[in-house]
Amino acid sequence: MERLIVLPMLIPFFTAVTVLLLRRPMRIVRFVALIGALAELGVNVGLLVRVSGGEVLVEQIGNWPAPYGISFVLDLFSALMLTLTSVVGLVVLIYALGSMDGDRERLGFYSLYHFLLLGVCGSFLSGDLFNLYVFFEVMLLSSFALMTLGGERGQLEGGLKYVVINMVSSTLLVSAVGIIYGATGTLNMADLSLRLAEAPPGLSTVLASMFIVAFGIKAGLFPLFFWLPASYHTPPPAVSAVFAGLLTKVGVYALFRVFTLIFVQDTAYTHTLLLVLAGLTMVSGVLGAVAQYDVRRLLAFHIISQIGYMMMGLALFTPLALLGAILHIGHNMMVKTSLFLIGGCMGRLRGTYDLKRMGGLLREQPRLAGLFLVAALSLAGLPPLSGFFSKYILVRAGIESEQYLIVAVSLVVSLLTLFSMLKIWNEAFWKPALVPRNEATAQLPSTVRQHPSAWLLVAPVAVLVLLSIALGLFAEGAYTLVLRAAEIMLNPEIYRAAVLGR
Amino acid sequence: MEIVMAVVVGVLFATGTYMILRRSIVKLIVGLGLLGYGANLLLFTMGTLRRGESPILENGHTVANPVPQALILTAIVIGFGVSAFALVLAYRASSATGHDDLDELQTTDR
Repeated sequence: MERLIVLPMLIPFFTAVTVLLLRRPMRIVRFVALIGALAELGVNVGLLVRVSGGEVLVEQIGNWPAPYGISFVLDLFSALMLTLTSVVGLVVLIYALGSMDGDRERLGFYSLYHFLLLGVCGSFLSGDLFNLYVFFEVMLLSSFALMTLGGERGQLEGGLKYVVINMVSSTLLVSAVGIIYGATGTLNMADLSLRLAEAPPGLSTVLASMFIVAFGIKAGLFPLFFWLPASYHTPPPAVSAVFAGLLTKVGVYALFRVFTLIFVQDTAYTHTLLLVLAGLTMVSGVLGAVAQYDVRRLLAFHIISQIGYMMMGLALFTPLALLGAILHIGHNMMVKTSLFLIGGCMGRLRGTYDLKRMGGLLREQPRLAGLFLVAALSLAGLPPLSGFFSKYILVRAGIESEQYLIVAVSLVVSLLTLFSMLKIWNEAFWKPALVPRNEATAQLPSTVRQHPSAWLLVAPVAVLVLLSIALGLFAEGAYTLVLRAAEIMLNPEIYRAAVLGR
Repeated sequence: MEIVMAVVVGVLFATGTYMILRRSIVKLIVGLGLLGYGANLLLFTMGTLRRGESPILENGHTVANPVPQALILTAIVIGFGVSAFALVLAYRASSATGHDDLDELQTTDR
């Protein structure tokens, strides 16, 4: 049974390779890609059910015992992240089936997409730091190719910034991995959580800072996020959506794993630093969003401010705070992806992403407008949607830990989030169409206006929005499950016992 | 020996950082390469350097650590792939924009 935990990596791998070898006919390629994503979802839900009782499953590759071999570990947090990933992976794939252009499909979009999922799932499962780095690279290389696939000028420019900053962060990560190996003689995360205590405290603080910077670049933390709004709006909407839903969350996952398992000796320094960064991330992200008039750049800035909420939960470091943070990750993956997909639909309908040149979408597309309103209010945190519960729990945890400043910041940021979401609503949906219709549509290529509300584009958004509502309505079930995950994370002995067998 | 390696790693990181901060895209790619070499050498040095020892355990005998070499091999292969991609991307970006100057690549920042 434990061997099955490698399936979430094998399924996307074999799907990607099959798709790559088949190449055409496109009909079969699309079908295989869809089956792969469905199988991935099935397996991940199965694994989530298996570990929902709080078990930690470990697979030692090649039966080499723990600190020497390569371990893959599945605890409840990993299983939750895997399940969310495959939900996002499946719905965005369906959106891509309806929206991706023929050139990008022929250049290997579906294969790259599944390699991306392989990297993401592998990162969630790795039990040692070097393997985490390797899966990060698998994910990054496929994301580099996805971002620049098609070779439009904006994509190349944004892609260059994205590639360069991520290469710098990978270099830092591999240096940190090297130094931690030199200091402790191990890379297994369970073993590290024991042995790092023996390293000199100064060195472990330096290492902690290196990991904050390396993973912080990937997660989009405060001073390190400038690549994100400069690049995320350049690729096609399906690619932006899957990046928004998954990539920064892998950085967040890595920070969560490293700062609950390994660097817990000096929380007064590391977690205070994280708390300050969390507050600054929230504020700078939302202020960037308020100033934007391009839909996709506005949404990209919101990714950053929401990362701040997740880091706030990690930094407060109580069971309740971690619970809120994990719920927020889940909520955000659903809502952010759906907002990017809606943004893509809006761009298709109007031929521009500039809010000032949009308008009249409410009359023309009432279904899309309804979906946007629910997703936007959920992002801002209005009850009874999922965003309300995760933010409520985070605020409550902040008050219990007497960190009133961060609580105040998070509430103000929520208001500003609502403000910038209403800006999209007013400009794109509510106000009457500005440009006379025949003039606006005359310049568009025919494909852009082809079936703009086809069900392949709206159904994925609807699924994600319904999931967000469900996560709000059945918050109690999610609460108990996620609380168990948070408790396992705060008790590294459970993880260590499972991996090291002692 | 470790001291020499530490200095070399430091020099590689310093020159790499300097090159990344230049405005030319080509120099940027060279800088990324230097940073990558620095990181690889750092990994190598961290396993403590020993000459002429076998990596197989023997009683009462010092052994060379085989793990960092496995790590570097992986890191080099990944670095090769990523730099090849970055080179092609830099070429495509500079021919699409007509510039080799990073300060001109600002259309996605506004």
